[in-house]
Amino acid sequence: MAAGQVVMRAKYKTSVKDPGIPGVLKMTWDKFIFTPNDPRSSGKLDVGFKSIKGHMFSKEGSKKALLNLTQYQGGGYIFEFDKFPDRDVCRDFVGKVLGKLQSVVPSGQDAKVVSERSPATVQDEQLSPEEMERRIKLLRDASELQKLHKEFVITGILTEAEFWATRKKLLDVDGSKTSKQRVGFKSAMLADVRPLTDGRTNKVTFSLTPEIIHQIFAEKPAVHQAYLNFVPSKMSEKDFWTKYCRAEYLHRTKNAVAAAAEAAEDEELAVFLKDDDILAQEARQKIRRVDPTLDMEADEGDDYMHLLDHGILRDGIKETTDLQYELYKRTLSQDLNRHAAVVLEGRALEMELGDTRTVAEALARSKQAELATKISDENAYQERLERASRMTEIEDLQAPRTLPFAPLCIKDPREYFDSQQANALKALGDAVAGTRPMNCTLSTEEAYGSFRELISEMRAAGLSDPVVKPEVSLKVLNGLTQHLSSTKYNLGKSAQESVLDTLPKSTKEELLHHWTSIQELLKHFWSSYPITTSYLYDKVSRIKDAMSHIYPKLQEIKESVQSDFRHQVSLLVQPMLQALDAAFAHYDADLQKRSTRSGDRPNGFV
Amino acid sequence: MASIPSKLYSDDVSLLMLLLDTNPFLWTGANTTTTSLPFPGFLTHVLSFLNSILLLNQLNQVVVIATGVNSCDYIYDSSSSLQKTADSSENGRMPILCSRLLSKLEEFVIEDERLSKDDSPEGIVSSLLSGSLSLALCYIQRVFRSGPLHPQPRILCLQGSPDGPEQYVAIMNAIFSAQRSMVPIDSCVIGAQHSAFLQQASYITGGVYLKPQLPDGLFQYLSTVFATDLLSRNFLRLPKPVGVDFRASCFCHKKTIDMGYICSVCLSIFCKHHKKCSTCGSVFGQALGDTSSTDRKRKTPET
Repeated sequence: MAAGQVVMRAKYKTSVKDPGIPGVLKMTWDKFIFTPNDPRSSGKLDVGFKSIKGHMFSKEGSKKALLNLTQYQGGGYIFEFDKFPDRDVCRDFVGKVLGKLQSVVPSGQDAKVVSERSPATVQDEQLSPEEMERRIKLLRDASELQKLHKEFVITGILTEAEFWATRKKLLDVDGSKTSKQRVGFKSAMLADVRPLTDGRTNKVTFSLTPEIIHQIFAEKPAVHQAYLNFVPSKMSEKDFWTKYCRAEYLHRTKNAVAAAAEAAEDEELAVFLKDDDILAQEARQKIRRVDPTLDMEADEGDDYMHLLDHGILRDGIKETTDLQYELYKRTLSQDLNRHAAVVLEGRALEMELGDTRTVAEALARSKQAELATKISDENAYQERLERASRMTEIEDLQAPRTLPFAPLCIKDPREYFDSQQANALKALGDAVAGTRPMNCTLSTEEAYGSFRELISEMRAAGLSDPVVKPEVSLKVLNGLTQHLSSTKYNLGKSAQESVLDTLPKSTKEELLHHWTSIQELLKHFWSSYPITTSYLYDKVSRIKDAMSHIYPKLQEIKESVQSDFRHQVSLLVQPMLQALDAAFAHYDADLQKRSTRSGDRPNGFV
Repeated sequence: MASIPSKLYSDDVSLLMLLLDTNPFLWTGANTTTTSLPFPGFLTHVLSFLNSILLLNQLNQVVVIATGVNSCDYIYDSSSSLQKTADSSENGRMPILCSRLLSKLEEFVIEDERLSKDDSPEGIVSSLLSGSLSLALCYIQRVFRSGPLHPQPRILCLQGSPDGPEQYVAIMNAIFSAQRSMVPIDSCVIGAQHSAFLQQASYITGGVYLKPQLPDGLFQYLSTVFATDLLSRNFLRLPKPVGVDFRASCFCHKKTIDMGYICSVCLSIFCKHHKKCSTCGSVFGQALGDTSSTDRKRKTPET
């Protein structure tokens, strides 16, 4: 089937009631052909899947194994199969084909992509249809990727496998999403086990399904424990559940007094009615696992403990407290919390829910495993204690924590910073002035003395008039203007505005596209070195040819833009050319080395 | 200040922090010839510029900080002298602003001299740019905290002395602090050489860096380039540096390098592998001796 076709014996019918024409149905990736056994019959079909809108099929267990392929124009083709498994094979195949077609059809060019890529795929790798669908979906979502794919894979520069090999991650991420989801417990509470009363008799009926029983076991360990202990040694399964339901019923009717009375008579029943010891123990365990530094007082405002059940009504009746019988009462909040915990834990058992006994035992086994982890918890206890003492330590009482360190000693800080400064000055092209140190032959006293003189001289003389000579002013203005206009077209005026944005949109896009395609090619080029197999050799020469085609294209871009932008475009194109040149240089050098090298030298030895 | 209706504060009200280089070694002796602008002339340009800033907008504020060799101090604050405008100017020769600034400057220089320890300093004597930058930033922070309405602050460094390498870290910290509070640092270099510190400061904070070609026309430079308030800068094309080269140079040969070795302890940069850091003395790669030798082997044919 993976080979891409299905051949099955079937009957072709024009309607459901039609007796049908027996024959052979053959399905391939793009069409299906029906050939009647009787060559004279008129029922021969040859239909492309493109005209098929969807498919319908009869349920397993119904009278006939039917498959109905509906057409876009209306009407359809009905096939009847001998057996359901036969039908299912065809149904699955049709599903895949249609899924593939429909995921691609919406954009016209994609259809082409698929039709051209399919043969290539079949040749070099056996792809599962799901894998292919995933790839098609990726291509459809990312137009960038699709462009690259079209440019390189369809023209044969890169093979399908090579193209995707570098994008495994994309496929993987997608793959993880499609992994099977595990079904957990229902988030609905177990209140669903409602007693049904028929109006006439006093009988109350509970209906328990394996699903519900599983949930009961998970949520009420005491019931689980009791089941394992009593059934079937002490009582039958039916008795057990009857007792359980009776206990439930007592709870439900809020008859705490009756519950207490019954519990006194029947110790088994008491198990169900009393607070669950196992639960309490688990809760204690959990409390012990809580971060010791947790500030409980901070949550005090959220405490509603004084309001029993937060004043929530259960089954329409407000619960009231009666201290004497508290033992026999469960509060809604307890139930809610327990249920939430079980739902969050998830379903540990991966098995068919059938026999109650097996469910109970499997659950017990998984509990055992949990117990083992609890032992390791004991070790964690010590760690928690340490953590608590660490967090609550009083800083004043601690010895100072001195870390062993060696002080950084820079021999000559002047040299340390000067080196950078000298460099910066060099960059300014002001070498003459920059390298000359300020020669100060004056003593401090002299310097300050004459400086003070200058100030007092100024105080006496006042401001010079005019402040600045007009001709000097003009010169300065002209100089500044010239400087500004000369730097007008300088690149990188500010980090925020990109040169690309000043270019026409088409040029910008073209440049970006070339960048991505060059990157793609170079990625494949460099990853194939060192060339160890003839396959890699082929690949490199293929890529090299493709790269050589890019040069004229880049030249074309340069020529096509207006003169204003030509300089900028050529600056942008420059690094692309450099990257390509580097690749070619490496290619040539490698080729030369190969031709001169005698065979015995190990690869990579220079 | 409180008497001024706050609604008058608009986008174009500036607070100009002027850092004045008062390094006596810059203005006296042989250096006067190289700068070709004597101190009185320089101060004339600066004072006229300050006056024009105050004239541009009634609410504009100017603070002058003197950058000495041993200390820094505020020598003029236009907001605090508002009340004393009644004083008549000194002989009418000079506006009140100038005379007050000059007398404060004189006091400052005397104090600065008193603090100096070294009698005859050798080599480069740089002024305390880091200190005055910090003073300016502190003043700006106070203004920021004065209320929701305040003038737009900026810092203008009039620097002539060479950079003091030992101040590198302090200055860079000040620069980043200014960047964080969105205060541009303009720099006008009046000395003989460019200042790498100020170049970076202006680049990082989005200010203007300029080294006037004609020191005589300083006032023109100041009023054309540095008088523009922050709002107007959005619409004006101010001189931009050709580019700041952030590439490092190696400590061993002072060559500019694109790639090199860095000491993991003190971050010194070297163009080739050393056994020991020449700056801090850390010993490198003893344990990895054999791997580095294979590394070298692979590299030798290329070099």
